[in-house]
Amino acid sequence: MNASHASTPHAGHYYVPQPSLYPVFLSGGMFLLALGFILLMNKFAPGPWVMTAGAAVIIFVLFRWFGAVIGENQRGAYTDWEDQSFRQGMVWFIGSEVMFFAAFFAALFYCRTISVPALAGMDPLFTLYQGYAGGWPTSGPKGASFTPMGAWGIPAINTALLLTSGVTLTWAHWGLMKDKRSQLNLGLILTVLLGVIFLGFQAYEYHHAYTELGLTMGAGVYGATFFMLTGFHGFHVTLGAIMLAVVAGRSLSGHFDSKRHFAFEAVAWYWHFVDVVWLLLFVVIYWL
Amino acid sequence: MNTATHALDPHGAHAAAPTGILRWLTTTNHKDIGTMYMTFSLLMFFVGGAMILAVRAELFQPGLQLMKPEFFNQLIGVHALVMIFAALMPAATGFANWMIPLMIGAPDMALPRLNNWGFWLLPPAAILLTLPFVLALFGIGDGAVATGWTLYAPLSVQGGIGVDFAIFAIHILGVSSIMGSINIIATILNMRAPGMTLMQMPLFCWGWLVTAVLLIITLPVLAGGVTMLLTDRHFGTHFFDAAGGGDPILFQHLFWFFGHPEVYILLLPVWGLMPHVLSTFTRKPTYGHTAQVWSFIAIGVLGLVVWAHHFLTAGLPVPALLYFMYSTMSISLPLAVLFFCWIATMWRGAMSFETPMLFAVGFIVLFGIAGLTGLVLADVAADAQYHHSYFVVAHFHYALFTGGIMGVMTGVYYWLPKWTGHMYSEKLGKLHFWLTVVSFNLTFMPQFFLGLAGMPRRIPDYALQFAEFNAISTVGSFILGLSQLIFAYNIWRCVKGGEKASDAVWEGTSGLEWELSSPPPHHSWETQPVSKA
Repeated sequence: MNASHASTPHAGHYYVPQPSLYPVFLSGGMFLLALGFILLMNKFAPGPWVMTAGAAVIIFVLFRWFGAVIGENQRGAYTDWEDQSFRQGMVWFIGSEVMFFAAFFAALFYCRTISVPALAGMDPLFTLYQGYAGGWPTSGPKGASFTPMGAWGIPAINTALLLTSGVTLTWAHWGLMKDKRSQLNLGLILTVLLGVIFLGFQAYEYHHAYTELGLTMGAGVYGATFFMLTGFHGFHVTLGAIMLAVVAGRSLSGHFDSKRHFAFEAVAWYWHFVDVVWLLLFVVIYWL
Repeated sequence: MNTATHALDPHGAHAAAPTGILRWLTTTNHKDIGTMYMTFSLLMFFVGGAMILAVRAELFQPGLQLMKPEFFNQLIGVHALVMIFAALMPAATGFANWMIPLMIGAPDMALPRLNNWGFWLLPPAAILLTLPFVLALFGIGDGAVATGWTLYAPLSVQGGIGVDFAIFAIHILGVSSIMGSINIIATILNMRAPGMTLMQMPLFCWGWLVTAVLLIITLPVLAGGVTMLLTDRHFGTHFFDAAGGGDPILFQHLFWFFGHPEVYILLLPVWGLMPHVLSTFTRKPTYGHTAQVWSFIAIGVLGLVVWAHHFLTAGLPVPALLYFMYSTMSISLPLAVLFFCWIATMWRGAMSFETPMLFAVGFIVLFGIAGLTGLVLADVAADAQYHHSYFVVAHFHYALFTGGIMGVMTGVYYWLPKWTGHMYSEKLGKLHFWLTVVSFNLTFMPQFFLGLAGMPRRIPDYALQFAEFNAISTVGSFILGLSQLIFAYNIWRCVKGGEKASDAVWEGTSGLEWELSSPPPHHSWETQPVSKA
């Protein structure tokens, strides 16, 4: 069997990392975060403290774990073979995120096309909700009145911001491929900035919704789907912006070249995914 | 070969690997992680089993003898969650960790640290599931989740702190399964030995590949569903509340979009390992390798679009009922292909009946009953009578105990000599098999009759006419539970010592995994073999 080894495409040694404590600590941090959140929601005093401890552990471990991976990468532990595993991992992870958003989109479509029309169309003799007319937006038969969010103010600006950030990120990628470092760095910084401005507008929009429009999480299925979808999207933009900032920092310290830049590409895929989710949101939540 | 390549190991630090508890906390080795998954699974199998024996004891006679109905509800719900998420799924993942790298000639899993994280997420989740029982003893909260494992709204919206614990346990289990699945897909797609095409890949790996894709598609939807449940409970949303325009049935859709594929998630790894066992003990090549691959894929795809047959009586429109009935029944076609291939593999083989083969044959017969009763339940008109009765309970235990757990036992007996380097006691194995099969049927066959006679599931008390069958079922369940101690003892004995196993272990084995020593070296395929398939 030995003779055939030389002809294998992966004649090298696959990098299996040394034993590590990061995973078990990360699990412990997640346990504390979940336990603390449960205690907080059920009004037990230690809740916030347990949550804080859990979050601190998680942040600390993520710093160290990602730091270790970056260190291994910089000292050349990874070949194309390991790189391929990382790429597969990221693609399927984004796939799972797509399905996570699909659940909330499904809830939105279900309420708009099935539950609200069914509630409005019931026989008056058999319904608790006589006179409910249905339609969309709605806070349901017993919901408080509210003003829905218009599409062509802040949401349209946010759409433009995210689309532009997709362009600046691709521009940065071109810079990386052509070895133009300043284009790469500038593109990344612009993308992070656009993401942060997006989040600022989003925060302002939430404030406006709660204080002036009466649009809250409790505003029936419209409010519920609105805040669930835009809220989880905003959370993903936040994560994406943090990851982009890390990539920008690495790029400024000279990491990545035109051949080896998995982290850059992974974050770019993630950012474009978040972009596409926003376009869907803009159409089905704000516009139609 | 392995000693030669080991000397060339450029990292060379393995001698300094931590020992004792730290070895297990920190390991990045697929075999260590596989062993942890299997051990955890066995432990939780007994935890979940103890819960249901308490339930069966209560059901031994009509009337309330041992516990309050609230506690009864908690036991049945946590029993299901523990058995599905903490016993069966980890066992299948343990098999995947141990066997996939050996079978495809890989040095390890593709993402070893992530692999360790996937395992160490399980104990916190198991603690979250069971902690409310303990808290209730100290007067905190009202016990564990009492809604049944399906967490249907609005009951779960109104439930106590146990529901919150269950929601976060599911979140953490979901992260664990998704990380495990990503790792398995990356390993299969990226780490196969040169020359091994996807179609030549062993069927166990194929079963897991489809499983992993199903997990990645469906688990996030369950996560989204329980997140909406959480916001309905604590943050004032109305997803599952008609007063706000929502609908409790929406939760059933979200839950079963995950829940039905989950059945195949539990079964596909077992369907994958069956052909290996059957081929070994009949000393014949697997019949219909390609047909089985395509059946796995067909079942995976169909499994994603049939979920509403779990609530055919919830008031869905008639066209939807017809669609879900016909699509569900169509799954019996690829499943029949699998049954045909299993039987054709045995046809005119030189069969011998060691313990794994006994379990495999038992699996085929009993799992067939699960399939046939499933067809009955899928029939919209008939389901109106069977729904939410003990017929359903009997059906899914035939599916998940014989299809899932007996399949896992098949794999454990089949691969244990490879893992430990020792033979288990064949005598104890056979005793375990016969006790399990007889007592399983004694437990669950009467439940079909109870269901047909109209006994509803999830109740601690029942009408007098159900007394005899319930008494028989309870006797059966205690024999079933206690015979599993033989299983645990046999494993423990085999780990400790015993007759040495050869590299190939069994007479009729084929595949890369049998070329390595028993037990395999710490780094199995440090240099990849070339597949001769």
